[in-house]
Formats: sequence, structure tokens, C-alpha cells
Amino acid sequence: MPTDIQAPSIAYLPLLPILIVFGAATLGVLVEAFVPAHQRRLSQVVVAVAGLVASLGAVIYLAADGTSRLVAESALAIDGPALFLQGTLCVLGIGSILLLSERRLDRSGGVVVSQAANAPGSREDLRLAESSHVQTEVYPLAMFALGGMLLFPACNNLLLMFVALEVLSLPLYLMAGLARRRRLLSQEAALKYFLLGAFASAFFLYGVALLYGYAGSVDLGDILTATSQAGKSDGLLYLGVAMLGVGLLFKVGAVPFQAWTPDVYQGSPTPVTALMAACTKVAAFGALLRVFYVGFGTSQWDWRPMLWAVAILTMVVGAILAVTQTDVKRMLAYSSIAHTGFILVGVIAINKSGLSGTLFYLLTYGFTTIASFAVVGLVRDSAGEATHLAQWAGLGKRSPLVAGVFALLLFALAGIPLTSGFMAKFAVFKAATEGGATALVVVGVIASAVTAFFYARVVVLMFFQEPTVDGPTVAVPSAYTAVTIAVGVAFTVILGIVPQPVLDLAGKAATFIR
Amino acid sequence: MLQYYLPIIVLFVLAFGFAAFSVGAASFTGPKRYNRAKYDAYECGIEPAPQPMGGGRFPIKFYLTAMLFIVFDIEIIFLYPWAVAFGRLGVFGLVEMVLFIATVFVAYAYVWRRGGLEWD
Repeated sequence: MPTDIQAPSIAYLPLLPILIVFGAATLGVLVEAFVPAHQRRLSQVVVAVAGLVASLGAVIYLAADGTSRLVAESALAIDGPALFLQGTLCVLGIGSILLLSERRLDRSGGVVVSQAANAPGSREDLRLAESSHVQTEVYPLAMFALGGMLLFPACNNLLLMFVALEVLSLPLYLMAGLARRRRLLSQEAALKYFLLGAFASAFFLYGVALLYGYAGSVDLGDILTATSQAGKSDGLLYLGVAMLGVGLLFKVGAVPFQAWTPDVYQGSPTPVTALMAACTKVAAFGALLRVFYVGFGTSQWDWRPMLWAVAILTMVVGAILAVTQTDVKRMLAYSSIAHTGFILVGVIAINKSGLSGTLFYLLTYGFTTIASFAVVGLVRDSAGEATHLAQWAGLGKRSPLVAGVFALLLFALAGIPLTSGFMAKFAVFKAATEGGATALVVVGVIASAVTAFFYARVVVLMFFQEPTVDGPTVAVPSAYTAVTIAVGVAFTVILGIVPQPVLDLAGKAATFIR
Repeated sequence: MLQYYLPIIVLFVLAFGFAAFSVGAASFTGPKRYNRAKYDAYECGIEPAPQPMGGGRFPIKFYLTAMLFIVFDIEIIFLYPWAVAFGRLGVFGLVEMVLFIATVFVAYAYVWRRGGLEWD
């Protein structure tokens, strides 16, 4: 008679934030199935926002408790960085859900199309673009993606991390193809993102396999132990770290794995772009930090040169290519690539202030980004969003408020003092100097200056040029978008003037459990 | 070191030899009579479904059926080992399996309510 199988011990309480979001996503699927069509939209918004608020509550409860622990047979680490990023993701997730719920901007009454599989330009496709018919599956999709993102930075086990990576990626591939206007561009974005994402996932998985060959375990703690033992085959470690790095650096959009970013950011519906730019970056950097700080914490001299090269390339290429862009969304995409480089500078510092600086940077960057994409969604002409930069000329005369808000957000992205962007850049650059990466900081400061040039160019365009004759109009949003922009701008300003409470919070959170 | 891999290499040689021999022998000995059905796409013996001219788009219902098949296939793959080890897994195994089936059932309910099971 074989003995009983020992059930794994799973502490469910620390998993509560993740479980709530996945539960809300499942509930969203049931809403799709059983709630009558005309009530679905409101029900979905309520379910999604309530789920994220409850999850945020659970995060705050766990953070107030303050004990870091490995749960589910040490597959998950619920510690300071994980909870900090989960809380950030919940708030940014609420913003994204609210942007998706906006009805007043598009004259048909929704930002996503109901049948994304129609051939672009076909009669059915053109009819649906104007019809008030909307699909609400986008809410459960967004919630599943957010659930995967909450899981991603908490994974202490590479195999589980791969599962989380797929759970967050697959809904995003679909959502990229849902834009109501410019269908061809949107479908192209979805296909490109899917193909390249699948490719990067394969790299990630191969890296996991090699690291298993190296350490005999996919647990980050065991890998850390293995790196300090002699007599292991280092070739497997180098290749494994490199391939794992490819998978993760693809998700954060670092050069040379950035090629998808501009096309996908441009083609996706703007609220989905906001979700991708803010939340995916936060989650992917969380996982990147955990892998490199926990799993390879003692083998840093093996991977640090690789990240050095990637960070320099990312900052330089992102900043220089952004200068040549003529589309607002593409410009913001390249600016997000440059910011990936700045955040990588914080990662490379490999010290406590590097970790807390990176966490703080991710928080501020998320809020500023989500608000800027929300503003991009407001400027429209008859064909939908007017994203060409020439159309933005003289926007300051047409709508001083929107142009002023956008200018403020651009200043924050450029890192002008008294905005959150300055404090964030200061935090990571200071940490990198302490961590002995002064050369990297020099490159970072030069790249910041280049980015400031093209942000300032948009501001000049908006305020010091005459508006074109039949230029775009600035739509008046409903409360959904207005609240998101207001919160984003408020955080941008407040964290620029009194950043200390949040910096302290990030500093307190900045200890990984091993 | 190498002798551990010898059986695998022998197996590869045997497999390749068998495939080469079968294909070669069939083309030498088999009769070659023309039959239109031989040039059709092979779909498990059933008459192939009519395809749009010029290789256009497929109706989405094929995709839905395939997806549903995979969902339930995966469910069975998890159910079998669970059923074998049921006595040893105890209450924990039961609860986990109920949760798993409930989640799959949510997807099933969605497909059913939104008309994914209707062919026309």
C-alpha cells in the first residue's frame, strides 16, 4: 500500500491580492455569459474596479502586517518589493479599466470594436466601426492580464514565472487588436506582438531549462545556492541567464528587443496602450529585479556587463529615435524605451537604494504614462484619434487646459525639477553612482537631455504655433477619463514636491526575501 | 560516456532505415492508378468541408470546436492521474480538482451562453 501523498502547504492569505483579481476576472466571464447585453457594460466595470479595489485593500493589509514570507512551497515570495509593485499595479489597473470604460470620446460610444476578426475595410468592418455595438470581453481580458501581472513580480520559481508571463501576455496580444478605428494597424500590432512575444517566451523557457540543468532546480533560492558552489558548469549558467534575460528584457522593451514597442503602442487602442506601457513595465521590471537580485545576486559579475550594454543601448537608441518621430503615440513609445534604459540604470546599481529607486521610478512612471496616453485619447478628428504631431500644432490656443496638462506630463517624463520624473531619475542615478556605475549615469544624463529636446518640441508645437485650419478638436471626456487624468497629474505633481513619504515607503519595501 | 548513447543511436538508425525502406519499397512495388480522391486533403476519411475559393477565410466555428476540444482534452489529462491517486491525495486533492473543474465550467458556460455550441 503506497503512502499518502503529502499535500503542499499553501498559505492562502498572502495570495489574497492575486486570488481576488483572478476571481474577479472569472466572475467577469460569468457576467458575459449570464447578464443581459444592455447591463453587461456597467456590471463589468463594477466587477473589475471592485476586484482591484479589494485587491489593493488586501495588499495594504499584508503590507501593514509587514512579514515577508515564501508561500506555496516557496514558489511565491510575498515580500516588500512584491507588495509595493502589486499595490502600484492595482491602482494603475483601476486607471486602465476606467479608460477602457470611456464612452463619450468616440462618437459610436466605445473604444474597442465588437468583432476584431473582421477583415479591415470590409463592409461588415466599416459597419461595426460606426455601430453602437460594443464588446465587453475586454474587461475580463484586462483582469486576467492584471492577475498575471500581480503574480509575475512575486514568483520565486522560474517555471511559475513563465506561467505568469503567459497569463499576462496572452490577453494583451488579443487586446492589441481591438482598436475601433484604424483596424489594419491594430491587427498588425496584435500579430506582431504575438509572434515576437511567443519568440521571446521560447527564449525565456529555454533559459529556464538551461538553469535547471545548471542548478538542478527552478527555485530562485536553490539557484542562488548553486551559484556559490564550486564545480558547476558555468556555461549553462551564462547561457541560461542570457536567455532568461532576453525573455524579460523583451517584455520591458529594452534595446535590442524593442522592435515591437512602437508598432504595438501605435496600433493598440489607446487605453490598452496605457495598460501595456504602465502596468506591463511595472510587472516585468518586478520579475527582472527578483531574478537578478535574488537568483543571481552573488553571480553579478557574470551578468552585469550584459545589462550595462543593454542599458546604454536602450537609453541612446530610445532617446535618439524618439527625436525623429512624427506620431504622438510612437514618440511616447520610444520615450518609454528610453525610460526602460533609465530604470535599468537603477537595476544595475545592485544595492538597496537601487532597488528602492527602481520601485519609486516604476510608480511615478506608471502614473505619468497612464495620464499622458489618456490625454492622447482626447485629441480627435473625424477619423478617430489625431495622433500625427502636425495636427497637434496650436493645441494650446484651442484647449489651454488639455495642452497645459499634457505639457506638464511631458515635463515630468523629461525629468524637470518639481515633477515626479525628476525625483525618480535622481533616485536611480544616485543609487547607480553609489553602486559604482558612474559611467552609466553620465550616459543617462546625456540621454535625458536628448529626451528633453523632443518633449520640449511638442510643448513648443502646442503653444507657439498657429493651429491648422481644420485641425482636431479636443473632446470633453466623461468622469472615467477625467478621474484617471486628474489622479495621474496629481501624483506627478505631489511626488515631485513631497516625494519623501513614498520614497520612505519604497525604501522600507526594498528588501527581497531569499 | 558514449556507450550510454549507443542504444539511442541504434534506434535512430533503425527508425530511419525502416522509414526509408517502407517509402522506397512502396514506390517500387505498389500499383500507380489515378484516383481523384487521392489528391484531396486528408480529413479523417470524411469528405473535406468546402473551402472558400482562392484560399480565403475559414468559418470561425472550426476554430471554436478545436478550442473546446483542447479545453476538455486538458481537463481529462488532469483528471486521469488524479483519479488514479485519488485515495492517496485526500481532501486537498478533491478540493483542488473541484476548483479546477469549476473554472473550466465557467469557460464552458460562457461558450454555451454565447452560442459557441450552435453550428449554424
